[in-house]
Amino acid sequence: MSSISQSVRKLDHLAKASGAAKYVEDIVLDDMLYGKIVRSTVAHGKIRSIRLPDMPEGYSAVTAADIPGVNNVHIVQDDHPVFSGGEVNYIGEAILMIVGPDKRQVAKFARATEVEYDLLETCFDPKKSDTTFYEYGYEEGDWREAFAEADEVIDEEIFSAHQEHAYMEVQGLIGDYRNGKLTVRGSMQCPFYVHMAVTAVMGMKPEDVNVIADETGGGFGGKEDYPSILGSQVGVASYKVGKPVKCVFDRREDITCTSKRHPAFMRYRIAIKDGKMTAVDADILYDGGGYTTLSMVVLQRGLIGALGIYKFPSYRVHGKAVKTHTVPNGAFRGFGGPQTFFAMELMMNHAARKLGKDPLELRKEYCAKQGDMSPTHGVYHFDIPIPAMLDQLAEASDYHRKVKAYRNQTGRYRRGIGVSSVYHGCGFTGAGERDLIKGVFKLHKRADDTVEILAAAVDMGQGVKTTFRKIAANVLGLPEDRVIIVNPDTARVPNSGPTVASRSIMVVGKLIERAAKRLKAEWKPGEDQLITEKYVHPDFMIPWDLATFSGDPYPDSSWSTNIVEVEVDTMLGLTKILNAWGCYDVGTVIDENIVIGQMEGGLLQSLGHGGIELINYDQSGRIRNNSLSDYIVPTALDVPSLHVMFHKSEYFNGPFGAKAAGELPNVGGSASYIGALECALETDLYQTPFSTEDTMELLEGRRNG
Amino acid sequence: MSENIEVNFRLNGENVTIRTKANRRLLDVLRDDFHLTGTKEGCSIGECGACTVIVDRKAVTSCLMLIGSCEGRDVITIEGVSSPDRLNPVQRAILEHQAIQCGFCTPGFVMSATALLMENPNPTYEEIKVALSGNLCRCTGYKQIIDAIYDAAQQANRADPAEWDRNIIPDSGGRPLPWQPLNKPEVCELSGGNENEEQS
Ligand code: FES
Ligand code: FES
Repeated sequence: MSSISQSVRKLDHLAKASGAAKYVEDIVLDDMLYGKIVRSTVAHGKIRSIRLPDMPEGYSAVTAADIPGVNNVHIVQDDHPVFSGGEVNYIGEAILMIVGPDKRQVAKFARATEVEYDLLETCFDPKKSDTTFYEYGYEEGDWREAFAEADEVIDEEIFSAHQEHAYMEVQGLIGDYRNGKLTVRGSMQCPFYVHMAVTAVMGMKPEDVNVIADETGGGFGGKEDYPSILGSQVGVASYKVGKPVKCVFDRREDITCTSKRHPAFMRYRIAIKDGKMTAVDADILYDGGGYTTLSMVVLQRGLIGALGIYKFPSYRVHGKAVKTHTVPNGAFRGFGGPQTFFAMELMMNHAARKLGKDPLELRKEYCAKQGDMSPTHGVYHFDIPIPAMLDQLAEASDYHRKVKAYRNQTGRYRRGIGVSSVYHGCGFTGAGERDLIKGVFKLHKRADDTVEILAAAVDMGQGVKTTFRKIAANVLGLPEDRVIIVNPDTARVPNSGPTVASRSIMVVGKLIERAAKRLKAEWKPGEDQLITEKYVHPDFMIPWDLATFSGDPYPDSSWSTNIVEVEVDTMLGLTKILNAWGCYDVGTVIDENIVIGQMEGGLLQSLGHGGIELINYDQSGRIRNNSLSDYIVPTALDVPSLHVMFHKSEYFNGPFGAKAAGELPNVGGSASYIGALECALETDLYQTPFSTEDTMELLEGRRNG
Repeated sequence: MSENIEVNFRLNGENVTIRTKANRRLLDVLRDDFHLTGTKEGCSIGECGACTVIVDRKAVTSCLMLIGSCEGRDVITIEGVSSPDRLNPVQRAILEHQAIQCGFCTPGFVMSATALLMENPNPTYEEIKVALSGNLCRCTGYKQIIDAIYDAAQQANRADPAEWDRNIIPDSGGRPLPWQPLNKPEVCELSGGNENEEQS
C-alpha cells in the first residue's frame, strides 16, 4: 500500500461526532426571517389568480415581480424560473415565498395561500412526449447488415426507474442582502454554480455576490443544480425584505420538488450470428421532467456508456431526453451512466443465457482492450483491468462453484449470484473541463509558514477536505496540521470548479499537487507566497466533438466489478442480499478508509435502487411516497456482508496516481443484484428496481420477467 | 392553541425549567430554546433517527416527543455525552473506524448506540443492527458504523464494570485516541467569518 493510502483522522470528524458541526439549519443570523415556498399543486397549468391570506405586519410574499434581474436560473440552459412567471410545469414548482419571523406562522400562511389555475394538457409518459430536449447518436460499421444477416436477434426493453437522493440533510440556504451586497450560504455542492445563477437573477455585479458552502449533509448530485434555484429564491427574498431569509425544506417538500435520477426506457437489440454477438442497436429515452436543468449532460454520459465496457463489430446508439410534467430530473451519482450500464449488463446476462455461456466469462470475452477504439471513436488509452478484476471477485466469492450449485433449485429458498462489470468516465463529460470549467487553484503560504488550500470543492461527506490536505501535506513534507482548508467561500477561493463528476481528487487534486511542488521549490521561510495553478487539458486526448458525438469524452476511466449473492424466499417474494462484493480500480487510493466508506455507501445505494427504492407517481403527476416511511432506503438491517477490494493501478495524470472514485460504486450494483435474482429465479428480468411485489407476480405467473 | 405550561426536567445532568406551549416538539425546544443544535432533524416523522436523544436511559426520537410529556424526565443529548475535546467510547470508536461521512446522521447514531450499551453492554452484531435500524445513514454502508459500535462494546467490556456507566455518560476517560491531540479550532470551523453566527 502506498503511504498516502494510509488512513488519517478526518479533518471534520471531531466536530461531526460531537454534534458541534454547524449545518445551515443550525445557523441563526441576527434579525433573520424564515421563508416557506408556495408550490404548484397541478402538473401543468396557467396561474389564474393568487389569493394571499391576511398577514400581520412583518410577513410578506415574494413573487416573480420582486426579481431585480432575470427570472431564469442558469443551469445548462436558462429555462427554470425562480418563481413561476405564470405557467407551471410540475407539481412542486415554486410560485412565491412567504417570509416572516415565525417559522410556524410562515408555514401556516403558505398553506393558506390560494392559487387558482387554468389547467393545461399534461404528459407523464416520456414515450408520448412531444417536446424533445436533446437528441444525440453515434454508430460504427454496417450494423443494419449485421441485423439483416443475424441468426437470431435479442430485442428487449429495459427500464430503470427514478431514484431519490435521500441525503439526510434536506436542502436549505440562507440569503443575506445588506448594503448592496448579497451572501448566499448553506447546503450545496457547487458554490460557483450558485454564484453565477444568483448574480444573473439579482442583476448584480459578480463581486457583490458571495456564496458560502456550509457543512453539507450529503449531496450525491442532488445538491448540484438545485441550490442554484433555491439560492436565487432566498436571494430575491432577502433583497425584498432587507433582512436575512432562511429557507430549509421539510422532507416531504424536498422529495416533492427536488431532482431525481432520470427514469430511462432503453430498447436494446443484439444481433447474433454463428454464436457471436455481431451488432448492438440501442435506443435510449430519458425522462427529463418539466425543465431541462442537467438533462443535456446526463443524457450524454448515458449514451457514451450505452455499450458498457464491451467491443462489438458494429453498433448504433441513439437517445433523447424529453419533457414530461414531473419534477425535473438531474444529477445523481453516476449521472446518467447507471441507467445504460444497467441495460447493457442485463443484455449481457440474457445473451449469455441464449448462447449457453457463463455471464462472467462472456463479459471477459467481449471486454475492450487497451488500444482499442472506444464506441465514440476515441481510444482506450490505458489498461482495462476488468478481466483480472472479474477473476479476482470470482475467486473471492466462489462464483464458479455457486453458479453451478444454484441451477435448477426447487425449494422455498433459492439462491442466486449475479455479476456486473462497468466503468465510470473520470471527470466532466466531453470538453467541459477545458471549455467550461477551466479550473483555477491557489495555494497560499502565509508568513507563519502555514499553508492554506484555496479551492471551491465542498466536503459533503466524501472527505475532500481531508484528501486535499493530505495531498498538499505529502508533497510539501509538512505535518498535516500546518495545512489549512476550510469550507469554500467564493469571495476567498478561486473557481476550481463544481464538486461533481468525481473530479475533485483527479482534477483539482492534480492542481494541488502541482502547486505544492512549485511552492516546495520556491519556499521562502517567513514570507507570504501565493501559488496559482490552472487546469491543463491532457494532450493525449482525442478532442471531443459534440456535433459528431465523437472523440475521447474522458481522459481515463475508473473500473468496477460487482458480484452479488441473494436468497429469494419464494413463498413471500422476499429477497435477502447475502453478500455483495465490489472490486474497484480508482488508481491510487488516497485514503483507504475514506474510499472504502465511499465504495460501501455507494454500493448500498445502488443495491437500494435494485430492490426497494421506488418513486411512485399518481395519475395527476404527484409523488405519492414523499416521506422516508414510504420511500424506503436501506437500513442497518438490510446491509449484507459488504466486501470491498481494490485493483491497483496508477493514473499518471492524477495526484499520486489517483483517478475518479465517488460515483463508481453507484454504477454496477443494481445490475449485479438483478443478475442474482435472474440466477435464482432462472429467468430474464428487465427492470430496476425489482421489488418484492414484482417477485411475487413473477412467481405467481402474473408477469414474465 | 395550547397554553404556556411550566416543564421541569433534567437536561444533560442539570435541572432545567422552561415555560412554553405544551405541544411543542422536544426537538424544537432543544434546538431553538436551549441551542443544542447537535440534535438534527431529518424527517420529522420518526423515520430517520437523526433527532435521537436519550430519555430515561432509552433512545427516543425527539421529533415525536412533545415537551409537555417531559416533566420530571431525564433527557440527554449529544452535547451531554461529549464535549468537543472529550468524547464517549462510542464516539471514539466511530472516529477510529472513520464511520462518518457527511455527519448529519452521526449524533443520532451516537445516541442510539449509547442507549444500547447502557442497557446491554455486550451486544451481538445482530443486536447492534437492530438497535440502529431506526437510524438512517445515506452516506456509509452502515458497516463501518456497526463495526465501530461492536468495537466500542468490546473495548468497554475490558474496562472495570463499575466504571462503565460513568464512562459512557458523561465523562469519557478510557483509552486515548490513536490520533494527534485534539485541537479546538477545527471543531467550530465556519468559513466566511460571519460575525452573526450564533454560538451555542
Ligand atoms: S427527525 Fe426525528 S426521526 Fe427523523
Ligand atoms: S454520514 Fe451522511 S447520512 Fe450518515
